[in-house]
Amino acid sequence: MRVAPRHDALPAEDCRVGIDMIAVHSIEEARAAHGERYLRRIFTEHELDSCRTPQGLSSASLAARWAAKEATIKVLAPAEGQPEWTTMEVRRSASGAPTMELSGSAAVLAAEAGITSLALSMTHEGPFAAAVVFALCTTEHAGERSHGRKDATDA
Amino acid sequence: MHDTTDAYEARVRRVLADHARLPVDVSTLQVYDDLFQAGMTSHNSVNVMLALEEEFDIEFPEEMLQKSTFESIEAICTSISTLTMIGDRT
Repeated sequence: MRVAPRHDALPAEDCRVGIDMIAVHSIEEARAAHGERYLRRIFTEHELDSCRTPQGLSSASLAARWAAKEATIKVLAPAEGQPEWTTMEVRRSASGAPTMELSGSAAVLAAEAGITSLALSMTHEGPFAAAVVFALCTTEHAGERSHGRKDATDA
Repeated sequence: MHDTTDAYEARVRRVLADHARLPVDVSTLQVYDDLFQAGMTSHNSVNVMLALEEEFDIEFPEEMLQKSTFESIEAICTSISTLTMIGDRT
């Protein structure tokens, strides 16, 4: 099926996108070095429950959630500081699709940026996990920091 | 160089060498060099933060969990000094 682009429906300046990827072994090393302190600092109880398997916590699933949080920070593009990791929570919708729920400082940043909705996609394959976050913004705030955060992990 | 940097620098460099996974030798870094520019990822900065908490028996409060806190050896030493002084007063 061919879908014609509707540039009038979604101007580029009305959206933001963030992407991140991480090596799964980075999560495994952090868990080995810092154990429960690491997990509790980064992930919510719901996220930890979501990553539990009969064999224990899945580092690949945790890595995908880390990538989702980092991609979200890039979308929020804070001028200084950053939201606490646990204020960005990956949840599963009834359909099974992942969603990004914001609270606390992350929700404040999203409101300041005029972000009205977020879409999230995550993946992991072999040694890597990645996530993409797409945000819709109100026109009033659109494009103010449309390039997002630039950090050492950017390609 | 600040006195606080003098006091903590060696231990901070050891933590960085063990946890920052920098592609450069930590001993070659100047105290004001940007650690993120030097190759420290966000995730490795979390490892550094947790290792610093253990090394110095401190806890970074949420308001200090920002890139600027961990962006250089000098910035880290200053943060540790601040947290250590707070701990001494309580």
